Amino acid sequence: MNVMDTRATSALLYLDGVHVSFDGFHAINNLSLTLAPGEMRAIIGPNGAGKTTMMDIITGKTKPDEGTVLFDGVTDLTRLDETRIAELGIGRKFQKPTVFESQTVQDNLLLALNVDHSVKGTLFWRGSRAESERIDKVLETIRLTDARNRLAGSLSHGQKQWLEIGMLLAQDPKLLLVDEPVAGMTDVETHLTAELLKEINKTHTVMVVEHDMTFVRELGVKVTCLHEGTVLAEGTIDQVSSNERVIEVYLGR
Amino acid sequence: MTPHMLTRSLDRGATIFLLVVAALGVLIPLSNLLLPAGSFFQVPTYLVALWGKYVCYAILALSIDLIWGYCGILSLGHGAFFALGGYAMGMYLMRQIGTRGVYGNPILPDFMVFLNYSKLPWYWHGFDMFWFAALMVLFVPGLLAFCFGWLAFRSRVTGVYLSIITQAMTYALLLAFFRNDFGFGGNNGMTDFKDILGFNVQAEGTRGALFMLSCLGLIISFLICRAVVSSKLGKVLIAIRDAESRSRFLGYRVESYKLFVFTLSACMAGVAGALYVPQVGIINPSEFAPGNSIEAVIWVAVGGRGTLIGAALGAIVVNYAKTFFTSGVLAPYWLFMLGALFILSTLLLPKGIVGTFNAWRESSRERRPAAATASAAAEDGVTEPKMAE
Repeated sequence: MNVMDTRATSALLYLDGVHVSFDGFHAINNLSLTLAPGEMRAIIGPNGAGKTTMMDIITGKTKPDEGTVLFDGVTDLTRLDETRIAELGIGRKFQKPTVFESQTVQDNLLLALNVDHSVKGTLFWRGSRAESERIDKVLETIRLTDARNRLAGSLSHGQKQWLEIGMLLAQDPKLLLVDEPVAGMTDVETHLTAELLKEINKTHTVMVVEHDMTFVRELGVKVTCLHEGTVLAEGTIDQVSSNERVIEVYLGR
Repeated sequence: MTPHMLTRSLDRGATIFLLVVAALGVLIPLSNLLLPAGSFFQVPTYLVALWGKYVCYAILALSIDLIWGYCGILSLGHGAFFALGGYAMGMYLMRQIGTRGVYGNPILPDFMVFLNYSKLPWYWHGFDMFWFAALMVLFVPGLLAFCFGWLAFRSRVTGVYLSIITQAMTYALLLAFFRNDFGFGGNNGMTDFKDILGFNVQAEGTRGALFMLSCLGLIISFLICRAVVSSKLGKVLIAIRDAESRSRFLGYRVESYKLFVFTLSACMAGVAGALYVPQVGIINPSEFAPGNSIEAVIWVAVGGRGTLIGAALGAIVVNYAKTFFTSGVLAPYWLFMLGALFILSTLLLPKGIVGTFNAWRESSRERRPAAATASAAAEDGVTEPKMAE
């Protein structure tokens, strides 16, 4: 079957008319958003705007009450669970850095590699040269080569954030969802993270949720502002930040 | 198990542990059988049986450590799998009695004659053959664990909720096995065993052989556990233990991993129970008591969870203490002591005996090269600590 014939959209990620409510609270309200292949998009919005819930929907953690969520134009993500969605090629970095603290940096990356994830595959796994080369490459990209044998739990906050981004790289997904990558980072680390994401964007489609406006400005990509679970404004950072309603929402008038 | 898995499994601690178990497994029965009774080095028969029991407990502890220490599944009902394995072996031993029972019925065990059974229940068929019983020792606990785990893990029941339903499971089985019409001897269970594979279960030679087999069982269980935890699957298990949802988002099917390791663990517990029954000579529903399962978890906590060796050691140490204290004037206070032991080990030795020992050894190893580099660094004016290998 020719996949191209059945594609509903050329977008890599396509959300249309999505609604989610938790006990009557409308977390996501008629949300529509598309992400083109190869694009990097920044998502901003005040607290409770539904940014994290949106990521939960895309990764299968939360099921929407109604609406369409399509990946690659053909796959309905609302029917799949987290594991299946991860296998399809959607990787996620959490707001709070979540790495496997009691294992080494190297093992964290090994676990993230997109190789056979079945019980049998991991039980009879033997390391290969290709795998260790990929790990070496990721370690270099995230600047943790010297820390490869350290326990992930002993890394600094910023290093953990990078390790988690590195795990996404090892996973090599088609779409990376990055939730607040620079929270709690120093200015230097923030700058390096922006560089890192731009580098990653050369080969991957990326969606970044971030509060830090300097960081978003540095990324220099299209920005979507969410408010009360729906898209308030979309465009360049300058367009969005000069939008009357965005200012209103952020200043809380 | 492929050769590379074997070499990966055997670090120094594991090798020492296996050698010690193998040596004890050979020396204790030999000293019992070959040396004259009363000689200083002769191990009396009652001690062979007692230590055989400890070794079975050590296998049970290993099975708990595999799921709790490495995958974070705290089962408070593992005694049920142990008891089911024990019952499967008990049924074989009952069928071996034959006409030597009190009622002399060639087919029906005594309790069935007593309860007016007219024929053998269908689920007793096949247990006159050892191979069938041996298969059931693995199959029955494995099947129960598989069904239970399939339902629980798929519904994402975790943490205390899982612990509570495992307690409920073993308690439900306790009540079921207490019933006379359940067909497993009710309250009295099964006892008065005569032969195992044609050998008298009471004979010293048989006891020695059973002890040896228990040690072999411990060695094999330990090797299986080591092979599992030293493979990449072991890393995934730890990942699930530490950050379950993260593992899901990396594309690991968490419920399959839990189901695999839970079922494997239940089969190991079943084998422990099967080795236990001919050595203690009885199996009854009290083996399903929730307290037994909790006690087994305490052995693992005391020995050090997530270390395997610690689990086995903990089982032996705590049970030795139990034997020692329950046979003296302190007997009425044993449960208080067990409780105190658990609280104290949680407060003072949260990593258990082996975990604490490992941490101590690691820190002393780190200190030595660090001290050497520190003095060298002081001259260069470099204060940054070096990473210790």
